[in-house]
Amino acid sequence: MSSDKKVQELQKRREQVQQGGGEQAIQKQVAMGKMTARERIIKLLDEGSFNEYDMFVEHEARDFGMEQKTLHGDGVITGTGTIGGRPVCIFAQDFTVAGGSLGSMHARKITKIMDHSLKMRMPLIGINDSGGARIQEGVNSLAGYGEIFFRNTLASGVIPQISVILGPCAGGAVYSPALTDFVFVVDGISKMFITGPEVIKTVLGEDISMEELGGARVHSETTGNAHFFSESEDECFDQIKSLLSYLPWSNTDVPARKKVIPPLEKYDISEIVPGDKRQPYDIRNVIRAVTDGSDFFEIQESWAANMVIGFGTMNGRTVGFVANQPLVLAGVLDVDSSDKSARFIRYCDAFNIPIVTLVDLPGYLPGVDQEHAGVIRHGAKVLYAYSEATVPKITVIIRKAYGGGYIAMNSRHLRADFVFAWPDAEVAVMGPEGAANIIFRKEIASAENPDAMRAQKVQEYKEKFANPYVAAAKGFIDSVIEPGETRKSLLHALEVSGDKSVGMPAKKHGIPPF
Amino acid sequence: MSKKENTLKKKPIQEPPLEELEVGNVIYTTRLTTKFKSRLNWERPNERVVIAIIPGTIQKIMVEVGDRVEAGVPMLILEAMKMRNEVLAPVAGVIRTVNVKEGDLVPKSHLLVELD
Repeated sequence: MSSDKKVQELQKRREQVQQGGGEQAIQKQVAMGKMTARERIIKLLDEGSFNEYDMFVEHEARDFGMEQKTLHGDGVITGTGTIGGRPVCIFAQDFTVAGGSLGSMHARKITKIMDHSLKMRMPLIGINDSGGARIQEGVNSLAGYGEIFFRNTLASGVIPQISVILGPCAGGAVYSPALTDFVFVVDGISKMFITGPEVIKTVLGEDISMEELGGARVHSETTGNAHFFSESEDECFDQIKSLLSYLPWSNTDVPARKKVIPPLEKYDISEIVPGDKRQPYDIRNVIRAVTDGSDFFEIQESWAANMVIGFGTMNGRTVGFVANQPLVLAGVLDVDSSDKSARFIRYCDAFNIPIVTLVDLPGYLPGVDQEHAGVIRHGAKVLYAYSEATVPKITVIIRKAYGGGYIAMNSRHLRADFVFAWPDAEVAVMGPEGAANIIFRKEIASAENPDAMRAQKVQEYKEKFANPYVAAAKGFIDSVIEPGETRKSLLHALEVSGDKSVGMPAKKHGIPPF
Repeated sequence: MSKKENTLKKKPIQEPPLEELEVGNVIYTTRLTTKFKSRLNWERPNERVVIAIIPGTIQKIMVEVGDRVEAGVPMLILEAMKMRNEVLAPVAGVIRTVNVKEGDLVPKSHLLVELD
């Protein structure tokens, strides 16, 4: 063939680019316990499916001696591939090339693949491992970030966007992950913050390590910026694959249907919940007792654990679960749990995933810190998200639904499609203890034995109001069901709401209490 | 950080103990989160006690013990973040103590001045 030489040249060029930042830089990367960008892509995608774009892109910087430097791929690898046989777009910043710093061409490669994923309607996976802006490129670098953030926002709610933090991600760079749907972090490897430990020390005198400031645990447990925590990059990639198995490829697609298997026998729903409403139990076991194969894929497991969110499958289809967790802080609503659930409800709504809400909460967390942290405006997000959601919305009231918490947790009044309650459920303005103290204040105070009188009044109130039948009599609860009938009832509700169609007033967009 | 260190660091998963939490006159048995336990109890601020709102250097002190000051009068200058911050008397009163001297490097929340 006449072009043998040309083919050889192509091969040579490819090999050069594939070396990234060279042997020494790769060794450094490995010494930090990290894979290289190329290894990460290969590991995450189906075998042999990676198709690289823009391999021969070169930077355009002409200052500070940059014109002398060749940066392979300009520090980022982009392309398409498949996961579980379905197409995805991916980019991975290459820390071995100029520290993965973001210059204008680096950004342009990312925005090009982002445009592609939006146009072709497939998920976008971004692997972040970068020292930040390429200072030599000045404002061009900032422009690059801005272009990325803009596209993250445009694509939000259209295609799934996943950010994987596998190295530093600091300063402005953090805002691309923050704008995406799900953020994955790995212990000891991920570091995210706006201002680093050095600046904090200089300005405020606070001495903190990178890990303590913005390590994987911090973002999984304290800040809520991360959704999935893992011990290794391999485990992280498995988590990404699991997550994708629940998601549609875009907002006009439906998730792939899974095999229908009954829940495991070890999750006996009638045994999980203690009769004494003050006693805790793990709500996740109730979820596992109703899902296909007892499958539950939890999101943000360690942050605001008083609210549980995640995906499960019912009749082979993805369902989003939102549930109060009596095991942690008695399952109260507070600032963090409101933020956590509201965003997830909006996620499910954007991607046509039905929402099942399990209710067992004593109300809102009392305290000055909560009030001053703005629990009013944060709590309002839950009301907003549920009210706005038009996907099938199904509620099961398990034990307690008091006051504002009852309304917020996908009540009939926010247009729940089905509201079920267990026979033990108490739906009331407040618990019998609090209510009796207020309503019968005088009787209790003037009684010979106030404690006995209080107990008697609590009992009276319980019998009269603290049951599901008052709300059922008004039609706020559709059916009172036995615990053992929960899966059957949910499957039925999901089936009949499959073609749900509701209109909302025409508007540009609402003003949610962000 | 090497992978080896990561495995060493792996904490054994400990089930947090069950504790009590009161909501609406009912005491629930539940787990308390670290965030909940480390929340600070609110206290009414004492405006006669002036503390450093930011770490910095005491550049100048304009008052002495026994001075009568009006509210809003500069008492000292705290240099922090390259800014000269005038620390003003929050209320009228007599200076009871001055707990710093010029040139001192003070951390955040350090007691500066008390008024009677």
